Amino acid sequence: MIQTRNLRYAYLGGAELAFPDVDVAQGSVLLLSGPSGCGKSTWLALVAGLVAPLYGELTVAGQPLAALKKIAGDAWRARAIVFLPQKLHLSAALTVQQNLAMAQWAAGVPEDADRIHAALLALGVAELAARKPSQLSGGQAQRVALARAVLLQPQVILADEPTASLDDEAAADAVALLLATARSYNATLVIATHDARVAQCIPPAVDGQMGFQPLQLMRNKLSKE
Amino acid sequence: MKTLFFAWRYLWERPLGAALNVLLLGLGLASITFLLLVGAQLSKAFDRDLAGIDAVVGAKGSPMQLILSGVLHIDVPPGNVPLSAVRALEKNPLVDSIIPISLGDNFRSYRIVGTSQAYLAHYQATVAQGRTWDQPMDVVVGATAARKLGVALGNTFAGSHGLGAGGHAHGDSVYTVVGILAPSGSVLDRLILTDTASVWKVHEDYTAVDDEDRKVLEEEREITMALVKYKSPLAAMSFPRYVNTSTEMQAAAPALEITRLLNMLGLGTDVLRAFAGVLLLTAGLSVFIALWSAVRERRADLALLRMLGAPPAKVAALLLCEALWLGVLASVVGLLLGQAFAAALAWLLQLDNSLLIGGMVWPVQLWVVPCLALGVALVSALLPTVAAYRVSVLELLQTR
Repeated sequence: MIQTRNLRYAYLGGAELAFPDVDVAQGSVLLLSGPSGCGKSTWLALVAGLVAPLYGELTVAGQPLAALKKIAGDAWRARAIVFLPQKLHLSAALTVQQNLAMAQWAAGVPEDADRIHAALLALGVAELAARKPSQLSGGQAQRVALARAVLLQPQVILADEPTASLDDEAAADAVALLLATARSYNATLVIATHDARVAQCIPPAVDGQMGFQPLQLMRNKLSKE
Repeated sequence: MKTLFFAWRYLWERPLGAALNVLLLGLGLASITFLLLVGAQLSKAFDRDLAGIDAVVGAKGSPMQLILSGVLHIDVPPGNVPLSAVRALEKNPLVDSIIPISLGDNFRSYRIVGTSQAYLAHYQATVAQGRTWDQPMDVVVGATAARKLGVALGNTFAGSHGLGAGGHAHGDSVYTVVGILAPSGSVLDRLILTDTASVWKVHEDYTAVDDEDRKVLEEEREITMALVKYKSPLAAMSFPRYVNTSTEMQAAAPALEITRLLNMLGLGTDVLRAFAGVLLLTAGLSVFIALWSAVRERRADLALLRMLGAPPAKVAALLLCEALWLGVLASVVGLLLGQAFAAALAWLLQLDNSLLIGGMVWPVQLWVVPCLALGVALVSALLPTVAAYRVSVLELLQTR
C-alpha cells in the first residue's frame, strides 16, 4: 500500500511541488497521469525512497520512509518495491536466466534457479532462458523484464511509461500483462504515464475488482518549471 | 564469486576491446617478465659458477674472455700457457690451490675439459653412475651432456678438434665413459671431464711424428688456464698485479669481469625496461578508457542494479572485478609470452644449456609481474569505479 500526506518536494532550483494525498490499498492500481514535466517521475522517486520530501508523510508497504537509513533503504527497496523503467535495461552480456540471477545477486539474496524458472514460466518465457536479450522480440524482452521485476516478490510495482513507443495493440497487451502480474503477486501497481490509452486499456471489470484509482497531476502545480 | 562471474561476462561483452587491452597489458608485462627471467638466470648462473674462484690465470688477452671461456665455458680461450709457469704459481705463498683447465676438443659441441679431480670437488659434484677417472682417456660426463648426447657407461667416442662441432676428429684417440655426474646445477652439467693428461695425449699423438718429437712436446706441455683460490682475500690486491707484470700470463678476477659485463648489458636492460614502462602506461590508459566508457554506456544498467537493491559498493565491486580480470588475464599472457621470449633467446643464442635455462622457471622476483598487472589494472579502474559507485537509481527516472 501507499499512503501520502501533505507531500511537498523542493527542486534544486527552488521550485516547489505539492502532491495530492493518496491512499492506495495493497493489491490495487494507481494510474498516475499528467503531461510531461508535471512531477510524475518525482512522485515515483519519492515513493521509491530515492529522494526525500521537503515535508509530508509517506508510508510505503507499511514502512514510513522517513525512518529509513541509506543502506537499509537499499535493502528495503529491493524487497518492497520494484521499479520498471521505460527502457528495459536487460544486460546484453548475460542470458535471460543470468539477467534474473543478477537481480537476485543485486538484492543480496541467494541465487534460486527454481524461483527464476517459476517467474519466467509465469510470464510464458521459460523457454527463452538461455537466450541473449538481443535474440528476443520486443514483447518477449518486456516479459523477461517483468519476470525480473517480480522475481523478488515486491509489494509495490512502479511502472514508468510502460506503453511508450508501443502501438495500440502492444500497449493494451503490456497493460494487461502488468495488471495480471500485479494481481497474481497481490502487488500494488502504480502506472505513471502521459499516454491516454492506458486508462482505456484497463478493463472495467478489473477496475471494479482492483480499485483502480486515478491520480491526475497537473503541470500548473509547479510553482516554477 | 557471483560478482566475478558477472564481471567476466561484462568484460567479454566487447570481446575485441577486452582482447586488445589484455594484449597491450600483456606485452608490457612480457617485457618485464623477460627482463626478470634473464636477469635472475644470469645472476644465478654467475653466482653458482664463479663461487670460490678468486682469479683465473691464462694467456694474455681479454680478461673477460678468459672468464667466459674458462669458468662459464661460453667463449673460446685466448690461448694456452706453459704448464711450468702454472706449476710455479702453485708455489706462490698467496695461492691456496689451483685447478688446471685444458680446453681444445669437443664431442658433438660438448666441451671436453682436461682438469683435475679438484674441479669436481670445487662444484661438489657427485657421480651418479660409475666412478671418476683414474687414467687418461677416461671421461666423466655431466648430467645434461650425458642426457643430450645419449651416452652411457662404457661407451667410447673420439673427440673432435675445436670447441664447436665439425672440427677434425681425433679418430685414433678414443675416450671411454667411466662415470656420469649427478645434476649439480653448475657448469659441470654440460661438460665432459677428463684428466689433463688426456688432452696432452690426444694432441701429442696427433702432432708427434716420432718418439723424439714426443719428448720435446712433453717438455713444452701447456694448459689453457688455471682457476686460482687465494689463501687470504688480501691476495686480491697483489696477486693479479704480480701475474700481469712478472709473467707472460694474465690474471683476471671473475667478480670484476662479471660486474663489467653486467654493466655493459645494463644499457640494453634500461632501454627494455623503459620500453616496458611505456607499454604498461599505455595499457593502463587503455584500460582506463575502456572502463570509463563502459561505465558511461552502462550507467542505466548499473542504476537498475542499484534499484534492485545493490548497495553502491556492490556496483563498484562489479567494475573493480572487471579490472581484476583484465589484470589476471594480462598476467597469464605476459608471463607466458615472457617465458617464451626468454626460451627463444636462450635457444637463439644457444645458451639454453648454460647461462639461460630458458622458459618455464619461476624465480621469486617473478611475483612482481602479477602484482604489477593487478596494480596497473586497479589504478586504471579507480576513477571509473568511483563513477560507478556514484550511479544513482534516480538516473533510471531521467532517461526519458
